[in-house]
Amino acid sequence: MSMIVKDISFSYSKHKILNKICFEVKGGDCVAVLGTNGVGKSTLLKCLNKVILAQSGEISIKEKTLKEMSGDELAKLIGYVPQNESFSDSTVFDAVLLGRKPYIKWDVTKNDLEIAENVINALSLDKFSLRKVNRMSGGEMQKVAIARALAQQPLVLLFDEPTSNLDLKNQLEVIQIIKDIVREKQISAIVTMHDLNLALRFADKFLMMKEGKIYATGGKEIITRENILEVYGVDVSIENFNGYDVVIPN
Amino acid sequence: MTDIKSEVTNSIGGITAYRSHIKKKKITVVILIFLVFFFILISINAGAAELNPWKVFKTLIGITDEKANIVIWRIRMPRVIAAVVAGAGLSVAGCVMQNNLKNPLASPSTLGIASAATFGANLAIIVFGAGTVLNTAGDSVAINNPYIVTICAFISSMSAIIIILGLAKLRSFSPEAIILAGVALSSIFGAGITILQYFSSDIKIAAAIFWTFGDLGRVSWKEVIIISVIVLISIVYFSFKRWDYNALSNGEETAKSLGVNTNRVRFWGLLISALITSVAVSFLGMIGFVGLIGPQIMMRIVGADYRFLIPTSALMGSVILLIADTAARILISPIVLPVGALTSLLGGPMFLYMLMRGTKGKK
Repeated sequence: MSMIVKDISFSYSKHKILNKICFEVKGGDCVAVLGTNGVGKSTLLKCLNKVILAQSGEISIKEKTLKEMSGDELAKLIGYVPQNESFSDSTVFDAVLLGRKPYIKWDVTKNDLEIAENVINALSLDKFSLRKVNRMSGGEMQKVAIARALAQQPLVLLFDEPTSNLDLKNQLEVIQIIKDIVREKQISAIVTMHDLNLALRFADKFLMMKEGKIYATGGKEIITRENILEVYGVDVSIENFNGYDVVIPN
Repeated sequence: MTDIKSEVTNSIGGITAYRSHIKKKKITVVILIFLVFFFILISINAGAAELNPWKVFKTLIGITDEKANIVIWRIRMPRVIAAVVAGAGLSVAGCVMQNNLKNPLASPSTLGIASAATFGANLAIIVFGAGTVLNTAGDSVAINNPYIVTICAFISSMSAIIIILGLAKLRSFSPEAIILAGVALSSIFGAGITILQYFSSDIKIAAAIFWTFGDLGRVSWKEVIIISVIVLISIVYFSFKRWDYNALSNGEETAKSLGVNTNRVRFWGLLISALITSVAVSFLGMIGFVGLIGPQIMMRIVGADYRFLIPTSALMGSVILLIADTAARILISPIVLPVGALTSLLGGPMFLYMLMRGTKGKK
């Protein structure tokens, strides 16, 4: 499975946000999208999922373009975890079961319930399954949002700043969950991130964005002092510490 | 990680626990159905004509005298069924509006639909002469052509919703834009009503004001059937969209990512809600707050699960309007109070409570 993105462009009125973005993601890839605030990372993610429509370009999965797919068809292929989701007054089980929406005709089947239950167990949410989501902590809510996206059984998972507003423990836990899912199921994850050190620890591919374009793409080798200076305008040193590359601002 | 597809486990929060949780919601539906039937019986029994429950029962099964037959089948039954269907319709319309606009305070009045309907009725009564004076002692003012009033109220309220939807579409259906458009339209229709009444005679003003008192007593079987058909079809439509509404209640982006065409769902949801409201208001006059109270009570009991919120809101709406109408008939019998005043008396404090709760939450 691969997702191919060709020449995606998007503008708000006359302001160009995305300018001919091209890249390819394969099964098992963890891709971190990096760049400054307002560079178009979230917009790119929303275009990949048709949450907003790109004005030009083409996105295809399994050799079928997104334009040819119905909403339900697309939701079976791509799961999306937005930034700061506002959950309704529902239980964890209901919130996760909602991930089965693209498959539901009139009502949930036994299969839908089993999938929801297993995702809940896999993310260790079973103790809270009948608790109201909107009364849970930020980390737990983020896990519920991930569980719902997983219940869609997608081939590509999109995460918009999944670790923002989380403490260090929850950041690491959420990132590890995403990484484990991607490895085990050989699906792809595209994650927008601000924390370069967390990105280095998590991702094996990187998209560095600047002024609505992809400035650099590739493996860890593109996370260099020069590229960071160019993209973020910050001078840094990159040191190896206990086997991990660490970015330290100078 | 466990395998999602194949492994089925029975954890404490698993399917069994979830099914038991769902069972409680199903029981709530059953209890509400019983409550509707209970209050239907109470409501049929209540009234100025003294009929005991045994006589009412005999009339219902067709063994009775002509007087009881007329009282039950021509006077009380249309009114009771109107309370059931209009209550259900207004409540379910409020439920869908609140979901579509992601605003618990959304209601026909917030969107300006009620003001538009009132303007239409005023236009019919004052300009087209649909209101008149009766010289009998009981009712000094009457609407002599209810269908002109109804048609004008309906056209006016539908035009309001079309204007709102048109304006909102320009701003990509943002909930704030829709509410603001509703506020602006309410002011415009309010001003229209004032101007109409300013240049009108006392008699016509009295007739127009009489119309604005929500009253189930004015309804005929023909009108009950029209309201029932529209409400029933709408509830079936809303039920088919219940998963879309569940997705929508988690936000625009989540709903879209789950395959929901949010603009289309909102457009039809609001249009059908407006249709229910305008039909009910046109035939029965202003019956405020049922669309606010019904869904809000049920939201607290069954949560934001539209599989249950839609039917329970409808049933709760029926119960509220049955209670309000029965109370309106027996509180100072033989005088019948306008039912709209009673629902507003119930709904107003709840609206204020919700506003206060919202403000506290923001602090």
